[in-house]
Amino acid sequence: MNKVLAREQLSADVVMMRVEAPLIARERRPGQFIILQLNNEFGERIPLTIADADPVEGSITLIFQTVGLTTHKLADKRVGEFIESVLGPLGQPTHIEKFGTVVCVGGGIGVAPLHPIAKGMKEAGNKLIVIMGARTKELLVLEDQMRNLADELIICTDDGSVGRKCLVTEPLKEVCGRRPKPDLAVAIGPPIMMKFCAEATRPFAVPTVVSLNTIMIDGTGMCGGCRVTVGGHTKFVCVDGPEFDGHQVDFDNMMKRLRAYKPHEDKAHHQCHLESEIELKEKKQL
Amino acid sequence: MSHSSPDILMDAARRDLDAVIKRDKPLTPKERLAIPCQEMPAQDPAVRRGNMQEVALGYSPEQARLESMRCLQCKNAPCVAGCPVGIDIPGFLKAAAEGDFQSAIEVIKRNSLLPAVCGRVCPQEVQCQEHCTVGKALKDVNRAVSIGRVERFVADLERERGAAQAPVIHPETGKKVAVIGSGPASITVAADVRREGHKVVIFEAFHKPGGVMVYGIPEFRLPKRIVQEEIDALTAMGVELHTNFVVGRTRRLKDLMEKDGFDAVFIGTGAGLPKFMGIEGENLVGVFSANEYLTRSNLMRAYDAARADTPIYRSRKVAVLGGGNVAMDAARTAVRLGAAEVYLVYRRTEVEMPARVEEIAHAKEEGVIFHYLENARRICGDDQGCVTSLECVRYELGEPDASGRRRPVEIKGSEFMMEVDTVIVAIGNDSNPLIPRTTDGLKITKWGNIIVDETGKTSLDRVFAGGDIVLGAATVILAMGEGRRAAASINAKLRE
Repeated sequence: MNKVLAREQLSADVVMMRVEAPLIARERRPGQFIILQLNNEFGERIPLTIADADPVEGSITLIFQTVGLTTHKLADKRVGEFIESVLGPLGQPTHIEKFGTVVCVGGGIGVAPLHPIAKGMKEAGNKLIVIMGARTKELLVLEDQMRNLADELIICTDDGSVGRKCLVTEPLKEVCGRRPKPDLAVAIGPPIMMKFCAEATRPFAVPTVVSLNTIMIDGTGMCGGCRVTVGGHTKFVCVDGPEFDGHQVDFDNMMKRLRAYKPHEDKAHHQCHLESEIELKEKKQL
Repeated sequence: MSHSSPDILMDAARRDLDAVIKRDKPLTPKERLAIPCQEMPAQDPAVRRGNMQEVALGYSPEQARLESMRCLQCKNAPCVAGCPVGIDIPGFLKAAAEGDFQSAIEVIKRNSLLPAVCGRVCPQEVQCQEHCTVGKALKDVNRAVSIGRVERFVADLERERGAAQAPVIHPETGKKVAVIGSGPASITVAADVRREGHKVVIFEAFHKPGGVMVYGIPEFRLPKRIVQEEIDALTAMGVELHTNFVVGRTRRLKDLMEKDGFDAVFIGTGAGLPKFMGIEGENLVGVFSANEYLTRSNLMRAYDAARADTPIYRSRKVAVLGGGNVAMDAARTAVRLGAAEVYLVYRRTEVEMPARVEEIAHAKEEGVIFHYLENARRICGDDQGCVTSLECVRYELGEPDASGRRRPVEIKGSEFMMEVDTVIVAIGNDSNPLIPRTTDGLKITKWGNIIVDETGKTSLDRVFAGGDIVLGAATVILAMGEGRRAAASINAKLRE
């Protein structure tokens, strides 16, 4: 049982939560994730990246978007309530060393797991360029934290409500075209964004690390549900990843696999909205 | 094997037993051989196709006694040699034949910790029953004494009566042992080590304990409540259980010993890394490892769609690749989840199939369609990346290979397409790499199995291992045997 210590609504569908998890807080490294389950009898297990951890308080910070049944239910948890199961930290930590110049690209909620990596890269003595993108201003998370960290921060939104009106790939190409070019790119965000970031850096031969978030059950290599094709070989995101060479990942296959349960999820999600609407109406009547 | 109604089987047993009891002379061996084999009462196949409840219903007391009377009480007891944990089989059958079921279970429990589980899932036909003189005399291993069924009966009876005695725990020693994983090997170690008075902490990565018995073996073959009762018995003994704790990540093995004060560690993490065929299309949507498919259905209870949040693929036509018990479990689960047709594709013939005879028979009764001497070559999909068909190739049997089984040889040009929307790969497991990868100095084989000596000790001091992580994918009883051995070594080490 893991207690919710703090909860903050970052935007309409993005929530930040601090959760009691002393063992995970002690061991976790940038790049790692957890698997969480709200109810041990019938709940599903979903992977979430760790945005931050406080080993002294014994807590981890999660930043998540309400996209499916479980994230919706999770968002409804209030401070003092409990999450039944949290397992972690899972996956291989990010390989952090002094590369030279590192460009970190975060899309939407992907900025959350990117933050500890950017921090690690900065602390290792790298020059840090951060590119953050979101659909619109309200969906931009951790802007201040990234500004404090980065030697250079580029913000872009799809609608131009803040920063440049463009996709993250545009400034990424510009940065890659500089002399000297960056020594490493780290891109975390929606699969389609990571795919195009990898395409953007490929002509410049800038090594590009992406962090994949696939369907998982156990998170320890047992089920193989998370498998992806990397350089023609099957890899398990949970134990071989979550970070891979973006130039080698078969993103198209991965995106199709992510939609495997789409019809089921849409139905469950719809049901979940119906139920919260009914609940809201009932509360109003009371 | 055709299905007979439980009532008919039980009535026949009652009549036969009455006839035997009326006699005043002991049965001669010839008369024992003439007692009919007691068939296991089972749910009607047409009914059980639509539910997850246990298929085999268990013997009636009359059936258990009659089956036990078939035992010839051989002096040399060849059956005992076939049992990985050396249960005194003639001893417990003698008690059961007399109707003294409590003594029977006590005899079993001297050697086995999980009789209700082993009575259900042990491959007796290649262990104790393979060597049974009755089977040999009747020239059919399937007509050997059904040792496992009687074992199950006496174990269930004791449990239902609440007659199980809590084991005696020796005075606390102050020593502490970590057990990693909570499957059959780990349960055995935990019990045997705890009995010596050592503190035992089990670390389980999943949210529920039981390992393969809860995530892999389906409810219809091994009800979860039976496993839970074994776990409850452990916690009643004072064994501590930490779920959601993955050793290697939540805490490294060496930290458990160096920082957390554990005096010894047992690794029983099982064979948790599914093998794939390595064929084209294996990462299409609709291709699953049997582990994933079964875990969704069993542990995550996706079969109960009204209540479970975890989805499971709704299939129309399913191909299961493989011929072991796990392949049978996956195929029979797919039937229960409503697939219209379930094919089992195996590259040898039924004779070579590693699955238990009973599981194969049950699968057939439930309508699984067996394709022998065929193998998957390629999985094809549509533009959405979903499976549409499986290309197979036909085989014939050639010369026997190292395992003694006739080697399947591909028939050139025999490719054909099988229309399916789901492919479940059930060709076995490799060892999970998580602990070896995060534990310096722990020696493994090239297949990833942890190397142990004859005492169950690994290359690291005070670190022991057993079960599938050592053996590769095997059985519950072998895991238990390994656990017994490792526990004895741990107890000996802690006495030093």
